[in-house]
Amino acid sequence: MTLNTVLFWILAATTGFCAIAVVVSQNIVRSATWLLFTLAGVSGVFFLLGADFVGATQLLVYVGGTLVLVVFGVMLTAQGPFVTMRTGAAEWAVSMVVGLIFFAVLVVSVASAVWPERPRRGPADEMNNAEQSMSSTRLGLALLGVREATPAARMTGLPARTGQTGPGHPPAPNVRTRVAYLFPFEIVSVHLLVVLLGAAYLARAKRRRASSAAPLGTGAGVNGL
Amino acid sequence: VRETLLEQWLYDNVFQSPFWPYLIVAAVFGLAWISFMLVSAIFSVWLERKVAGRIQDRLGPTRVGGKFGWLQTLADGLKLLVKEDIIPASADRMLFRLGPYIALTGSFLAYLALPFGNGVVARDMNVAVFYMLAVMSTEVFGIILAGYGSGSKWSLFGGMREAAQMVSYEVPMAICVIVPVIVAGTMNLSAVTRQQEGFFWNWYVFHDPFTFAAFWTYFTCATASCKRAPFDLAEAESELVAGFHTEYSGFRWLSLFMAEYGSMFAVSGIASLLFLGGWNTGVLPVDLTVWLGPVLGNVINVLVFIAKGWLLVFVMMWVRWTLPRLRIDQVMMTCLKYLLPISCVLLLGVSLWQLAVPNVVLVYLRYVLAVLSVGGLVLLIFRAATMTTTPPMGGMPGAWGGLRAPGYGLANKP
Repeated sequence: MTLNTVLFWILAATTGFCAIAVVVSQNIVRSATWLLFTLAGVSGVFFLLGADFVGATQLLVYVGGTLVLVVFGVMLTAQGPFVTMRTGAAEWAVSMVVGLIFFAVLVVSVASAVWPERPRRGPADEMNNAEQSMSSTRLGLALLGVREATPAARMTGLPARTGQTGPGHPPAPNVRTRVAYLFPFEIVSVHLLVVLLGAAYLARAKRRRASSAAPLGTGAGVNGL
Repeated sequence: VRETLLEQWLYDNVFQSPFWPYLIVAAVFGLAWISFMLVSAIFSVWLERKVAGRIQDRLGPTRVGGKFGWLQTLADGLKLLVKEDIIPASADRMLFRLGPYIALTGSFLAYLALPFGNGVVARDMNVAVFYMLAVMSTEVFGIILAGYGSGSKWSLFGGMREAAQMVSYEVPMAICVIVPVIVAGTMNLSAVTRQQEGFFWNWYVFHDPFTFAAFWTYFTCATASCKRAPFDLAEAESELVAGFHTEYSGFRWLSLFMAEYGSMFAVSGIASLLFLGGWNTGVLPVDLTVWLGPVLGNVINVLVFIAKGWLLVFVMMWVRWTLPRLRIDQVMMTCLKYLLPISCVLLLGVSLWQLAVPNVVLVYLRYVLAVLSVGGLVLLIFRAATMTTTPPMGGMPGAWGGLRAPGYGLANKP
């Protein structure tokens, strides 16, 4: 039992408990609050693994963006003071089945994956996170294709790794083992930009012809906030 | 190599194993940072009241604890601790209780990545500034929960305004942070500050016109993100009673306030580290740890850093008590129509600047910018210091200097 293991189990137990509470609680905003703790727990696991960048992104995108928008939406649309949801028996059944199938898929894939042997570091290095916290540098290098980042398991549809690489095994010059993720990443971000513009286009104030009467709600959009 | 000086020393001299140094350093930093945050908040509240008093032509607190009312905030704190803890009947009890603590936690977590000196940092993260922005967005969620969970219309309006404001202001703030990060080539705050070692023209605010503009844009967005006036629409006591904390009293109210003052210092700290040289004094050619050793040098470094942070906090207060509050649509317009395009232009501009501008300009422009700015600042301070504060007989003070006081001389008439 090292410190990391203890911390992992604390985080994992908290995350699991909060994830169950998300589903069980009937008030939407309470659900969102439990979801906050779940997401924070998951990002805590990322921090524990030394993936600072992923952990911080998780917090920024989901807590600072998505959850705030959820509560904002509830505040804008709710009729009564606190919104509650009633879930019927059929919905419970369907979601249980879907959830169990998904869980089974996860368990099978985790169990069948071949985990690459990592060189055991000495006890003195066990808690040395200075090297681990270079994660954003390594991510950037992988994006640019400088560093090997192809997953070893055949999960993503990417071409499987051909040569043995990793620490101590410099990639052979003739074998194309490196995959740059920069291009797909850029495509995704342009796609998001297009979505953003589309949303702005759909939500824009509709222009009326001058002959029609003054439209309702012109310019009153944010005054009521 | 361990991450911090203390951990390294404990590892070398006391324990020879990584486990206990790690735990001890974690405990020491946790306690030290939360104490600093709370003491800093106490000092800031006192300063706020004095600044507000002076700007409104009165004295502020004067009695508790001697001449300047030093202990006023402590007295207030004691009062708040013993105050009755009221939860409204219509509130969602769980959300009402949780909100302030989430806000305080988010604000405190930001300090873990904030370097106070060369190596004086709880966790020297590679993505420190990104992490700080991320956890400070958690604080916003606490504020929104406090507003929503109170079950009161004033609080709800406050929470909604806060949500709308934050979702908008986060974007230009993050983009402005990227501008010096592009110049520095790293998001590690310690590394960014080490690059600004030496005299003040090495500070990134003077690096080029774009970082210079980015500093002011960032500071505006940061003021808004701490919901400080003129952007304090979530509180807006003239319209919403007290906005999101209308229903709070006692310790929970105190937590909301501590969170606000904590994040004020945190965003000021980011500004000082990214743009104003952080712990570097700016008037010495090297980092003080080189001359005085890691301990004594860092003591002075930490003091310099805290002084810079408090100076920026003071500017926020100055702005708060000088400018009137904007309307909510003006707040949104300021962000979406002005700050967002400005920050995008700055981002593009600094990228092109790095690529296209010849080296000679890069080297010498910083001197020009630095000398002009500091000269202007000195001139301003000189003018302010030599300004006569007492108006002449029959005249008016300040901006009304040319006018005659109404009614003056009536008593002398026969």
